Amino acid sequence: MISIDVLVAEVSGLNRQDLDLWIAQSWVRPDDDAGDLVFQDIDVARIKLILELRGTMEIDDHAMPVVLSLLDQLYDMRRQVQALGTAITETAPDDVQRALAQRLTQQMRGVLH
Amino acid sequence: MAKLDDPYATLGVPRTATQDEIRKAYRKLARQHHPDLNPGDAVSEAAFKKASAANELLSDAEKRGKFDRGEIDASGQEKATGPSYRDYAQQGAGQRYSRAGAQSGGWNPEDLNDVFGSMFGQGQRRRNMPQRGSDENYTLTCDFLDAINGATPRLTLPDGRSLSVKIPAGTKDGQILRLRGQGAEGLGGGAAGDALITVTIKPHAYFERRGNDIHVTLPVTITEAALGGPVQVPTPQGPVKMKIPAGSDSGTELRLRGRGVPAHGKQDAGNLYAKLSVVIGAPDDALKAFLAEWTPKDPVNPRAAMEDKA
Repeated sequence: MISIDVLVAEVSGLNRQDLDLWIAQSWVRPDDDAGDLVFQDIDVARIKLILELRGTMEIDDHAMPVVLSLLDQLYDMRRQVQALGTAITETAPDDVQRALAQRLTQQMRGVLH
Repeated sequence: MAKLDDPYATLGVPRTATQDEIRKAYRKLARQHHPDLNPGDAVSEAAFKKASAANELLSDAEKRGKFDRGEIDASGQEKATGPSYRDYAQQGAGQRYSRAGAQSGGWNPEDLNDVFGSMFGQGQRRRNMPQRGSDENYTLTCDFLDAINGATPRLTLPDGRSLSVKIPAGTKDGQILRLRGQGAEGLGGGAAGDALITVTIKPHAYFERRGNDIHVTLPVTITEAALGGPVQVPTPQGPVKMKIPAGSDSGTELRLRGRGVPAHGKQDAGNLYAKLSVVIGAPDDALKAFLAEWTPKDPVNPRAAMEDKA
C-alpha cells in the first residue's frame, strides 16, 4: 500500500499526468482513503504492465482499453478455472477425479490430431 | 556450465543489425511471449526471459560493444524481476480488476452452465436433451407482522407474470422461499426452474423478535407500576389484557405465554415478553406537593450498586 507520490517516485518511466489519465479511465483503480489515493501491490504491477504494453509493445491509448479488457477477462477465467479445480479436488471422490483427468487429456489429444 | 545462447540468434538478427532492427526484433518477441499475456505458459515465459536478456545486452551500445569484442559473455544479463502482474491477477487479489466488478463472487450460474455444458465435453450431446430451466433469484421485502403471522401477497415478476407467494408464519429474515416451476422455462421439454425468493423483513416500531419470542417495551404509569392492575399489551395477534402485579418497577419483565411467533412447522409458539418502563411524565401540583412532604419509611439509593463499583 503506497501513496501516489511514492509510486511516481519509485516506478521509473511513470509520470504523474499519464497516471492521472489512467485512473480517470479506470485502467488503474486505486483505493480512495479519505481523498488520498492508495495503491496496492496489484495496482503497482498493473501500472508496470501498462508501461510495458505502451513502451515495448507500442500499444497506443486507443488500443489499451481493449487489451486490458481482454486481459481482465483472461484472468477472470483463470481464477475461475483455478477455483473449479480446487472445488473438484475438495469435493469429488478420487475415482471421479481420475475419470475427469482421463477424459480431459483424451480430449486434448483429439484436438492435437 | 551450460552453453549460453547467442543473443543475436535469440532475437533472430544478424551481428550487423542496427539498434533499430534490434529493437524491432525484441518488440516482436515481447508481443508474442510476454508472460502477463500468456499466463501459465512456461515456454513463452522462458522465451520472453531469453529475449529480454538478449535485448538488455544488445540495446545498450556499450554492453553490445563489450560483448562483440568478447569482453563479457551473455551471462548475468537476466535481471531478477519482482512479482509481475500475473502473480497477483490470478490470485484472489485479481478480483479487483474483475470484469464483473471487485465485489462480485467470481461465479454466476451462467458460468457453471458454460463450464459444465462445454468444458466437460457434454455440450453437443446434451443440446437436444431435455434440460431443466435455471432457478431465478428475487428479493422480497415483507412487513414484520406478515412474517410473524404469515401472509400471501400477490407479486408481479419482472417479466409481467403475477403470482401469489405464501409467506409462512414464522418466516425469518433472510429466509429463502422456493416456488417450484416459477423460474426460467426448461429446454427441449425439460422442467422449468424454481423461483428463489429471499425475504427481507422490515423492523417493527415496537416488537423485536428473538428466536420465536417477541420482546416489547411496555410503558406504564407510576400508579400502574406501584398499585398494579390490568393494562392492554400489544401482541403480534392484536392487543390482550394483562394484569401487572403491584410493586412492579421499570425493567420488570412479564411473560405472555404463547403470544410470540405462532406455532409453525415443528416449532411451538413462542412467548411475548413485555418489559415495563415506568413513565412519570410532567408531575402535577398534587404529586409535587406529596413528594415534597413524603419521607419514605425505608429510603433506598437506586445508585448504590453503581457507587460501590466506582
